[in-house]
Amino acid sequence: MTIMIDLKNVSYRYPVSDDFVLKNISFSIEKGKFSAIVGNNGSGKTTLCNTIRGFVPHFYKGDLDGEVIIDQTKMADYQLGQLGEKVGYVFQNPFIQVSGVKDNVFEEVAYGLENLGVPVEEIKIRVEEVLKLVKIEHLRDKNPFELSGGQRQRVALASIIVMDPEILVIDEPTSQLDPIGTEQIFDIIRLMKERGKTIILVEHKMDLIAEYADDLLVMHEGELVMQGPVREVFADPEFEKYQIQYPHVTEIALQLQKLGTALSFIPIRDEELAKALNRTGVAIHD
Amino acid sequence: MTELHLNNVSFSYPDGTKALENLTLSIATGERVAIVGQNGAGKTTAVKLMNGLLKPTEGTVLVGDWNTKDFTTAQVSRKVGYVFQNPDDQIFHNDVESEVRFGPKNMGFEPERVDELTHWAMDLCGISEFADENPYNLPYSVRKFVTIASVLAMDSDIIILDEPTAGQDKIGLQILGNLLQVLEEKKKSVITITHDMEFVTDYFTRIVVMANRQLVADDNAQKIFYNTEVLEKSMLKPPAVAQMAKLLDFPSGILSKGQLIKVILSQRGQ
Ligand SMILES: Nc1ncnc2c1ncn2[C@@H]1O[C@H](COP(=O)(O)OP(=O)(O)OP(=O)(O)O)[C@@H](O)[C@H]1O
Ligand SMILES: Nc1ncnc2c1ncn2[C@@H]1O[C@H](COP(=O)(O)OP(=O)(O)O)[C@@H](O)[C@H]1O
Ligand SMILES: [Mg+2]
Ligand SMILES: [Mg+2]
Repeated sequence: MTIMIDLKNVSYRYPVSDDFVLKNISFSIEKGKFSAIVGNNGSGKTTLCNTIRGFVPHFYKGDLDGEVIIDQTKMADYQLGQLGEKVGYVFQNPFIQVSGVKDNVFEEVAYGLENLGVPVEEIKIRVEEVLKLVKIEHLRDKNPFELSGGQRQRVALASIIVMDPEILVIDEPTSQLDPIGTEQIFDIIRLMKERGKTIILVEHKMDLIAEYADDLLVMHEGELVMQGPVREVFADPEFEKYQIQYPHVTEIALQLQKLGTALSFIPIRDEELAKALNRTGVAIHD
Repeated sequence: MTELHLNNVSFSYPDGTKALENLTLSIATGERVAIVGQNGAGKTTAVKLMNGLLKPTEGTVLVGDWNTKDFTTAQVSRKVGYVFQNPDDQIFHNDVESEVRFGPKNMGFEPERVDELTHWAMDLCGISEFADENPYNLPYSVRKFVTIASVLAMDSDIIILDEPTAGQDKIGLQILGNLLQVLEEKKKSVITITHDMEFVTDYFTRIVVMANRQLVADDNAQKIFYNTEVLEKSMLKPPAVAQMAKLLDFPSGILSKGQLIKVILSQRGQ
């Protein structure tokens, strides 16, 4: 078991802010795990991602306490560029993740590899593969600034996946996507996991987290208040306290429970509801 | 009183991309409409045509009795306020209150009215506590509310929200729901683009579906979320509740959590 991401008592405050935005956060993530970070807005999810990616404190100054260790090496011992090869980071706002120096999508996706000095032939092969995977082949000749929101979000993800980093930190990658597109992105993330990547995902879509992620980290006002396997965290009564969305099926089950219906367990996926209610799909209309 | 009419509207971008084909759509005064559908379908393009940011290549867009091609964007945007999909395309002040105040001030309203609208809009969007903050230090979702408040403060008859639900948490969605209610009471027409099907079912009766540059359906939630053909064409999924009802073998038509719970309870004789 290798620990890929290790935070020990991490606290951080932006230069202009009065309060700490991350408060004494500790957790360890094993290689190959898919962890989701959830929490209400302003709870510090993006700041936590910035910390894992090393933008805090390399780019954002401010006060950082505690230790951040990525793949057995302390943050302070990395160059920012070196860390960039290890940790791929998809920004929350896809509109800002465009290099601004390339005038078509193909070259935009190739840009990072070019900078690493990867041979041209290999770049072509890798970019083609990713365009196909992320389903943006038809956009290859378009200007990255002349795309719809959802199209840009896919290009942003493609530009990172193509680099093949060991760790992927992905901040709300489906916020602008249609429902089927959202599922496709989760399938791609699952594929990355199968390829052995360590994944940190920030998301609000709990139904998909319940279906795809291994572990859940719950942020609340700068603190990491809960962590564990997805199912255990959603089933823990403490979760309700933080006013965070549940998977829809869990929300319904808990309401039924409050109304006196017995549940054999707390369902987190749609298909589990029948079993939790101890029924096996008997139709009411017969 | 401002009606909105798009008559056989088509639009191509300068690079040759045909983004919209023959769209015909009318929105009555005070109506609340959701636009949903596939990425790249032309939703943003359609609403930019409504507020005059874009002018049709073919067909006409009427805002009240104005044909948008005869007016400047600045003129049309007095009647039709548009909240951009990307908040960073819109924000240009260094503190939240100045950002919100800019619109009504620029419209030439009396100082008291400017004050009143600014505070009303900030309250409604839940951002009063951030009045002095730099918008760029706020989370994306809060920046989105800053841009919504900036448009609401201009008090236009028609308001367009381009993906306000993107990245919102449960609290943010409640603020949006409440805001729709308040705007309806003020007889504003509100057009909302969103990919959140739960939000659509909770707050909208009229839903316009777009795919591949075209309008695919214009109907109520019941009709749309139980129409497999429409759903597949436009990359939509019905709300989770419909999926659960189907798995439980319940008759079709169930869309809200309340409905589902009621059916489950009645079936158990509770
Ligand atoms: N400025 C532009 N120049 C050229 N093509 C554009 C421009 N903006 C959008 N397009 C193209 O027009 C089509 C429609 O885009 P639009 O932004 O209206 O889609 P949308 O339905 O809002 O999608 P999304 O849900 O992803 O925001 C897409 O194919 C897109 O690539
Ligand atoms: N660049 C910045 N400067 C100052 N404060 C910031 C900055 N970015 C974020 N914050 C503050 O840090 C807190 C956490 O924000 P963020 O990490 O973006 O939360 P989340 O991603 O969970 O919505 C918020 O109070 C936000 O206003
Ligand atoms: Mg964030
Ligand atoms: Mg759009």
